[in-house]
Amino acid sequence: MVSEELVHNLIKEKLQPSHLTVEDVSDGCGAKFNCVIVSSQFEGKPLLERHRMVHSALEGIISSIHALTIKTYTAEQFNKISSSS
Amino acid sequence: MSLLSSLVRTIGRVPVARTQFAALFSTSPEWKDKLDKMVSSNKVVVFMKGVPNAPRCGFSNAVTQVLRMHGVDYDAYDVLSDEDLRQAVKDYTNWPTIPQIYINGQFVGGCDIILQMHKTGELIEMLKQIG
Repeated sequence: MVSEELVHNLIKEKLQPSHLTVEDVSDGCGAKFNCVIVSSQFEGKPLLERHRMVHSALEGIISSIHALTIKTYTAEQFNKISSSS
Repeated sequence: MSLLSSLVRTIGRVPVARTQFAALFSTSPEWKDKLDKMVSSNKVVVFMKGVPNAPRCGFSNAVTQVLRMHGVDYDAYDVLSDEDLRQAVKDYTNWPTIPQIYINGQFVGGCDIILQMHKTGELIEMLKQIG
């Protein structure tokens, strides 16, 4: 069983985020997570590439995850969103 | 001999490098041809769980809602009705999840990407470009 902690640790190690939340929203159907990742490594990268970076950070366990919702931001984008909401 | 042994070693290492080269190694030529045709069957093509009128997963549903909102005409393929297709499409793009959205034959992303592009207005721009 994939734990919230494992997902958190792998992303933290690979993407060195300045902000990271991993929320376990498993619904009985299987491991299910919502992630919000803010990392300087996303700068200048299109969304598709950012999501691929997250997938590769979770390589090996991603096939045991039933569903994964990913939001990726740079620090600048994240500040904009947090201040407007 | 050393060339041969290094070749053997390289082949032996393929599983390790699988993510990087998945597109090259795990899609059979027949499936690649088939998928090349499928993704260009319309300007917008979606691989999903269920069909647009009856999605069988919340993520696939979200994508159909967004496309409906934009009044997009698209082709949809149900991966639940074909287990081989389900695996082939994942290998084709080296993308682990369904739904997958293609615009103009190019892979754009999954549900999260489409939703975010919808919010930022990027999706409208992209749809306008293809007419």
